[in-house]
Amino acid sequence: MSQVETTATRHVGTSMRRREDHRLLIGAGKFLDDLDFGACYEAAVLRSPYPSARIRSIAVERARQAPGVVAVFTAADLGPILQDLPPKVTHPSLNRQPRYPIAVDAVRYVGEPVAVAVASNRWLAEDALELIEVDYDLRPGVGSTASALAEGAPLVHEASDTNVAVHIVQQSGDPDAALRTAPHVLRDTFVITRGGGHSMEGRAVAARYDRAASQLTVWDATQTPHYVRHMLAALYGMTEDEIRLIAPADIGGGFGPKAQFYGEEALIPWIAMHLGATVKWIEDRWESFISSTMERSQTHRMEIGFDDDGRILVLKDVFEHDQGAYCVGLQVPTITMSTLPGPYKIPNIHSELIACYTNMVPTSSLRGAGRPQAVAATERMVDRIAEHLGLEPSEVRRRNLIQADEFPYAVGLRFRDGSPLTYDSGDYPALLDGALERIDVPAFRTEQAIARREGRFLGLGIGMFVEGSGLGPFEGARVRLTNAGRILVTLAASPQGQGYETVYAQLAADAIGVDIEHVEVRHGDTSTIPFGQGTFASRVTATAGPAVHEACLRLRAELLAAGAVALGVDPDDVTLGGSSVSVAWAPERTVTLQDLAAVSNMGRHGMSVDPRMPVAIEATAYFKPLRAVYTSGIYAAVVDVDVETGMVEVVRSVLGHDCGVVLNPMIVDGQMYGAFAHGIGNALYEEAAYDEDGQPLATSYLDYPLPTAMEVPRPELFHVVSPSPLNSLGVKGAGEGGLIPVPAAIANAVEDALRPFGGRVNRLPLTPARVLAAIQGTTRQ
Amino acid sequence: MPEDPATSSGGCEVIELSFVVNGEPVTLSSDVRVSLAEILRRDLRLTGTHLGCEHGSCGACTVIVDGLAVRSCLMLAAQAQGADVETVEGLARGDELDDLQAAFREHHALQCGFCTSGFLMSLTARLREGPVVSEFQAREALSGNICRCTGYVGLVDAVLSLAADSGKEPLK
Ligand code: FES
Ligand code: FES
Repeated sequence: MSQVETTATRHVGTSMRRREDHRLLIGAGKFLDDLDFGACYEAAVLRSPYPSARIRSIAVERARQAPGVVAVFTAADLGPILQDLPPKVTHPSLNRQPRYPIAVDAVRYVGEPVAVAVASNRWLAEDALELIEVDYDLRPGVGSTASALAEGAPLVHEASDTNVAVHIVQQSGDPDAALRTAPHVLRDTFVITRGGGHSMEGRAVAARYDRAASQLTVWDATQTPHYVRHMLAALYGMTEDEIRLIAPADIGGGFGPKAQFYGEEALIPWIAMHLGATVKWIEDRWESFISSTMERSQTHRMEIGFDDDGRILVLKDVFEHDQGAYCVGLQVPTITMSTLPGPYKIPNIHSELIACYTNMVPTSSLRGAGRPQAVAATERMVDRIAEHLGLEPSEVRRRNLIQADEFPYAVGLRFRDGSPLTYDSGDYPALLDGALERIDVPAFRTEQAIARREGRFLGLGIGMFVEGSGLGPFEGARVRLTNAGRILVTLAASPQGQGYETVYAQLAADAIGVDIEHVEVRHGDTSTIPFGQGTFASRVTATAGPAVHEACLRLRAELLAAGAVALGVDPDDVTLGGSSVSVAWAPERTVTLQDLAAVSNMGRHGMSVDPRMPVAIEATAYFKPLRAVYTSGIYAAVVDVDVETGMVEVVRSVLGHDCGVVLNPMIVDGQMYGAFAHGIGNALYEEAAYDEDGQPLATSYLDYPLPTAMEVPRPELFHVVSPSPLNSLGVKGAGEGGLIPVPAAIANAVEDALRPFGGRVNRLPLTPARVLAAIQGTTRQ
Repeated sequence: MPEDPATSSGGCEVIELSFVVNGEPVTLSSDVRVSLAEILRRDLRLTGTHLGCEHGSCGACTVIVDGLAVRSCLMLAAQAQGADVETVEGLARGDELDDLQAAFREHHALQCGFCTSGFLMSLTARLREGPVVSEFQAREALSGNICRCTGYVGLVDAVLSLAADSGKEPLK
């Protein structure tokens, strides 16, 4: 790959090196805590040490007198903003319980904010927290969905008579009848435990209020600047123009938890306004473990009915989802519901969700967002069908796949965006073939048999998935000719490492037809573009992409029109290239974009302009997807299980992906590799364990192992390209696909390796203890 | 107006420190309990050194002290008295990236970039001990740092490309 930075080249589809890299490599990144705010107070948050307790009283006087302390706030001081924070995604039947920015009279998870100290530095603020005395009346906690649903369980919210947050059923066909008549039915239960996002930079918020300008400026390491601004405006009773929300140019990873709205985001700007000072709060790693939203914990009870050929007739899944102490949003479990059918033709489906309140950190989207769990249930059962019928698992898949000529394919359920679950495009057989070209199954079976005789246990596992991505409601872009004659692309969505400054410059340069050197991309500042949604659900390429494209085409038309007037010819007679407009048949007659800006954007005060001359050269476009687009993929793994230690080594990895048209292959592959590593963590290592009462057991990287370069193998990637018909670029989301099938495939591979023992591995992650228990024929929690 | 937040030490014991950072001698006073990372970031505004865990696990805070890669979150500033400290800001010559930085860019070894300085400093220290020529060696050299974005593929390739450039064929 060579560096492409020349004119007249098509940039889209090339692996352009990233524009972001230079500043990050020289240590000049602009992460929130790297910004120079001048004089600035720092906040620290007192958090509940108990999973469930009533608060009898809080004594803060000693803390207020502590050295360097400016103020201490508890719920008693925060009246105006003690409002119920609405869930991001809700459902008419949600048993909604209030969630306040700070604990009011009870705490419901370890880590819940109870008080905030503001001091001249973080250490003094933390010292002050130690002087706060909270009198707690302890209550029994709920540390799992099983205990939440048990008879006589303690209630997470005493105002409710149940721990069930929502109970939703979706069906297609007649699943009960199909289960009665299916020639074969298999059942099993699969458990996926909690895991975290672990962006290397934690959450962070800073704010200051300018009374002269009536302007609240908030810096927030968020994935969703406009959403946060909107929440703050509602909470503070301000207009959107009074709040400028800045997601810094560099954000140290997002992965979902930074797309939610937290109590700290409500508290810090309010405190800054109240004190008339700049205040910042930087989440440390311990806080991240106990207060950033997590995901994954679900228990699936699945039944699958099929015929003698392994054709799936019916799939029924009833799953418990751990919502945590409060409902931040229902996006995750509703996505799980519609991800269950995957790439298969299944005429009868029953998908049933029981989401429970528990005394643990609230859950919300995390890279994959409910999909890895669904795949880890369905794909496990597909392998069980193969085992039951004595077929090769890949053959069972082949017999059930939706074919390339069957799109659009209506599954018969609804997706989380409210639209029918209708796959737009794909070629699932090509994904399967791609994997099988790279892993020769018959050769592997021979190798496996030989290895077994030598006491080595190899296994092959496959996972396939279909992922709704590119969600609405809309995303926007603003493109403008600057006064200096450059093209400025302003995105509403802001990145956390996805390289938007590069990718959208590629897109814009191609669409407008200018030299990419003249294009600049900015993002993450609500004062520069009024509306937007943000980066989540692998949606930006498929929503901001078409918006940028559309805005750029309009801008191009304006530039050509302006050039034609300036050159005194017909608009049809001009061309655009480099950084100027020229007469097509007389290329020496040319006008630069800078000269056009002087006329169109600046003008001469009080002087009339040629009526044909476009002025204020700028275009804004918002793209509203009709419905989600559907990314798909496959992961095939070969593992080597050490039956003495229970250690699993992943010796071969093939990852195939179809996200439609690829804008920058290097960046898309990077997304695949990163997501894959997270999938390896979920499959084998990462578990945010809690005890029965909801006390967290893993609050540092000593107890929660994140995979390093030693644990993450290099996957062999391949791409299938099925352009989406639902947007002008044919693109689909690419941020999560590398993760989604990984836990399922590795569990399938481990079970394949352990077939001589008949061991079952139904609980993820597959820690050595669980693998050993499977070998010994016991189950281990 | 409250006291200037930037200057209050809140009664903590303060000590005088002198050491060298990226070749420049510095002298400053510091709370005794503050880590080297905090001094670099706050007092010297060398914010390229990042804090990802503050408990010695992620490596984001790695700097080179007297030739050794250390976790500046675990080292008290007071321990740097008289030491020679190198941070990520010292790697490039002006605007020109050094070979390792350039290899990171070429091989897409960074996404969000938060971990990047730590990897650069760990690897810089490691490469001074001798070339990294196999994928296994590269992974070993990377294994003290955590990256959540890249899956380490670009990092491995970047390290191996240096061996390739120096005429040694990378071994698989
Ligand atoms: S911040 Fe020092 S090792 Fe993580
Ligand atoms: S690039 Fe984001 S953590 Fe490494």
